[in-house]
Amino acid sequence: MTIEANIPTLPPLSAQSGNLRPILEWLARRAEPVAISLGAILTGLALFSIFITVVGKSPIDLFKLMYTGGFGSWFSIQNSLSRAAPLLLTALCVALPARLGLVIIGGEGAVVLGGVAAAAAALPLTGSVSPIIVLVVMAIAGMIMGGIWIGMVGVLRHYRGVNETIASLLMAYIAIALMNHFIEGPLRDPASLNKPSTTPLPAEYMLGSIPGMDVNWGLVIGILACIVSWILIEATSFGFAARIAGGNVRAAQIQGLPVGRLIVGFTALAGSFAGLAGMVEVAAVQGSANASLAAGYGYTGILVAFLARHNPLAIIPVAILLGGIDASGGLIQRRMGLPDATVLVLQGTLFVVILFCETFYGRFKIFNPDLWKRTA
Amino acid sequence: MEGIGIWGVPLAIFAGAIRVSTPFIFVSLGESITERSGRINLGLEGTLVFGAMTAYAVAVMSNSPWLGVLAAMATGAVFGLIHGFICKFPKVNDIAIGIAMMQFGLGLAFFLGKPFIQPVAPHLPSIALGGWSSSPQIQSALNINVLFIIGALLAVALWWAFKNTRVGLILRVVGDSSDAARAMGLNPDTVRLLATAVGGSLAAVGGAYLSLFYPGSWNEGISSGQGLMAVALVIFARWNPIGCFLAALLFGGAGALGPALQSVGVTQGYYLFYAAPYVLTLVILVVTSSPTRSLAGAPGALSITK
Amino acid sequence: MIKLLPMNRRSFLQSTAAGAAAIGLSPSLFSTTAAAQTALTVGFIYVGPKDDYGYNQAHAEGAAVIKAMPGVTVVEEENVPETVDVQKTMESMINLDGAGLVFPTSFGYFDPHMLAMAAKYPDVQFRHCGGLWKEGVNPMNTGSYFGYIGQGQYLNGITAGYASKSKKIGFVAAKPIPQVLQNINSFLLGARSVDPAITCQVIFTGEWSLAVKEAEATNALIDQGADVITCHVDSPKVVVETAAGRGAFVCGYHANQSPLAPEKYLTGAEWAWGNVYTKFVTEAQAGTPLGNFVRGGLKDGFVKMSPLGPGVSAEARTKFDATLAEMMKGSFSVFKGPIKDNKGGDAVTAGQTLAEDAIELESMAYLVEGVVGSTS
Repeated sequence: MTIEANIPTLPPLSAQSGNLRPILEWLARRAEPVAISLGAILTGLALFSIFITVVGKSPIDLFKLMYTGGFGSWFSIQNSLSRAAPLLLTALCVALPARLGLVIIGGEGAVVLGGVAAAAAALPLTGSVSPIIVLVVMAIAGMIMGGIWIGMVGVLRHYRGVNETIASLLMAYIAIALMNHFIEGPLRDPASLNKPSTTPLPAEYMLGSIPGMDVNWGLVIGILACIVSWILIEATSFGFAARIAGGNVRAAQIQGLPVGRLIVGFTALAGSFAGLAGMVEVAAVQGSANASLAAGYGYTGILVAFLARHNPLAIIPVAILLGGIDASGGLIQRRMGLPDATVLVLQGTLFVVILFCETFYGRFKIFNPDLWKRTA
Repeated sequence: MEGIGIWGVPLAIFAGAIRVSTPFIFVSLGESITERSGRINLGLEGTLVFGAMTAYAVAVMSNSPWLGVLAAMATGAVFGLIHGFICKFPKVNDIAIGIAMMQFGLGLAFFLGKPFIQPVAPHLPSIALGGWSSSPQIQSALNINVLFIIGALLAVALWWAFKNTRVGLILRVVGDSSDAARAMGLNPDTVRLLATAVGGSLAAVGGAYLSLFYPGSWNEGISSGQGLMAVALVIFARWNPIGCFLAALLFGGAGALGPALQSVGVTQGYYLFYAAPYVLTLVILVVTSSPTRSLAGAPGALSITK
Repeated sequence: MIKLLPMNRRSFLQSTAAGAAAIGLSPSLFSTTAAAQTALTVGFIYVGPKDDYGYNQAHAEGAAVIKAMPGVTVVEEENVPETVDVQKTMESMINLDGAGLVFPTSFGYFDPHMLAMAAKYPDVQFRHCGGLWKEGVNPMNTGSYFGYIGQGQYLNGITAGYASKSKKIGFVAAKPIPQVLQNINSFLLGARSVDPAITCQVIFTGEWSLAVKEAEATNALIDQGADVITCHVDSPKVVVETAAGRGAFVCGYHANQSPLAPEKYLTGAEWAWGNVYTKFVTEAQAGTPLGNFVRGGLKDGFVKMSPLGPGVSAEARTKFDATLAEMMKGSFSVFKGPIKDNKGGDAVTAGQTLAEDAIELESMAYLVEGVVGSTS
């Protein structure tokens, strides 16, 4: 299945100009994920076209609508970005522990409890303190709550040997039960009659939109979090140690790396990002904590993280792609009379193909400068 | 019918354990086979829901629930084969493919299942073991579905087969080390492909139980994550089929606690009772785990335990 | 077949006020619809699948009625969560489909989602299913419509009272919110009008749609001796089938579930949204202002009863018909004091009679004497 590509111009180039070669190498290495991903997306779309043709609709119409609905206008772009925003943070909740080889699938729990903690923290402050302070306190509360929740998974993993995948999933269900208990019990605003919620945040305390856009600040927060995470992993000794421990825990322990602290630190940080997603949902969208916090962002984040190969920077385009597909889903339902599950089928097809195409990494000579030398 | 008061709680836990556990039993038994071979298929939730839809649709069209179960098994095997085939390529992550396949299975089930929400399908038969009792509650609790009995027998059979048969040995060898398997002349990819297919077809039976027996209807909310939870139960049960069966019973019984307590008048804080199965599972997991002998019985080649 | 709805004084005053304000604030909707009498795009948004045999199906059946009206284009989207998604769906219907009238049908769509969109698109009319609109607080291009379905549950209770041999009836409920509590109380009061010794056991499942738990709750109720079951969850299909499978009688809710249990189905309280949507669309096309606070019960054609099933005795039928006739005259009241709550306090004092549009019913927080269950 290896695919060889001829690169006839390269050897003379590298021979003639030593300055150009590093640039080409840099380009080639960066081009690999882009080219493979694009190829995978096109293949996935082709497979999906067959499906749509079989059910008797026109794939051309569908793709036109997807473009219109996802990216075809300024409105559509903002629509896609709005839907992508929460996924940035929940994907980090999966991607960071994955660097240590941990598979966390319960980010949803940190999202809902982070939202509840943020709403609860705002309660005694609104009215007496300035909005910016309230928002900062809310963010801290959400992050601490989320950090404790997923950090606990890390603690159980390291100190009790409890499998983190199952523990995080169980704890997500427990978190949703706790959230329901709090918003219908101790934290319920008596005025929230038919939709039990905490006391709503006054309008002036809400986290608004990015100037000039109809997308809330969650998008900026998410992108910043992705960048910070990338720096942490790529450019700090903490991240370096995590990469070693992720490769082989025993080797890392023998080298004297603080594996326990790494595991707890990474899971807590991951959880705090998911908790922050919950805070943004409360402060920018819902205005209060209620059952709509459990909207599945935590679960979609798993998919985003795996598609981005747990690279925090790659999370950004993947989340936007997913947001765009989501945004176009409504238009496909309305204009073509297809069920809303069409989007799920498309996502499923696309993601299976994209993940399958991981196997092509390193198989194309053109992207691998180490192989150029052989021909040089 | 007379009420049975406080005795309703243990009865409900017992009956609930049998009624609710069957999908967990089938999915976790299927997944235990897959994981024993060294693969993890996290996408069984999608297979379960697709199986539920297929079984219901075929039962509606053919008026035979058993034909529905067979059709579900076939589609489940296809899903497993796709997963198994894709994962044999190098660098492909089986967990990620599982999540994507879950999305795909759910989407396809909802898409194709639309026309079958309204029709009523014939249910799977159950065996009345409660004839000796005059209490209608006990009679109802002992109306045990054939699939539950098959699941129980299958658990014992698998437990025995893992230990005593050649197939079981092959699975274990492949699951522990691909290199050792190759040295024995086995092709680990083929073994895993088949193990994933069998796992998928069993998961689809779990779905058929949901749509054709309990609760016995098809709609998009038929599963509340049973497929995902069952995969987690396999780790909880340490890849032991009997353990999977018991874990499923425990989980089903604990799930019946919430409604049963409310029915006898314990009505405060019901969300916390509803969390009982998850809390109980977590507590047992924490108590029985140990940092030193992490995951005894885990197949060595399994990506989730590395 | 289309019955024009008689307005009560309050809704008349409100729509007049709405009309004045709407003409002042947003003339464009009315000028365009007046000019081109026919062209109107109407958007419907559902929180679940539109064929759920329940809440969403009832709305989708209403939407199907207006699809047949000349000049009306209906656009629909299902499975839209109560998050930023629903805001973007409304916006997408307005921007990309040209919707001039939007019906977000789920309770949680109102605040903040529909209100945010109404502020952004003052020329578009929004009507929300629920009773949340407040004059002077919410903008005039928004409004609420809802049906008094409690009387339907009272009629359900009458058939249940006659059908029950054990004198115990059961109710599977989602959450203890005022609308649900009112239905539970109405059901029991209807049954007690037949036999004051009847009690009603309630089980809350905690979620609007959770198939296995609804089945478990139904079984638990029947194990405790209940022999007539009804429910208030989004999709009653599972409850109806499970109860009938155990040999209990059932009363339906939201839509007509009699095909699921033809022998055991007594009757059901159904929505008749087709009438309501027809009225709104007729008004919009004629250029007359749309009501802002539109409510009605059986007599107004907002709510209807399923045809009586074979399990309803002749005696029950007589009382059912007589009570229904009273309700159609508008002189019937379910909550006539004295009524005690199930903790021994006074729910409705002696001499007090709450009409179906009484504001006190909107914030009901108690279960009446004879209901076994608790509100928190």
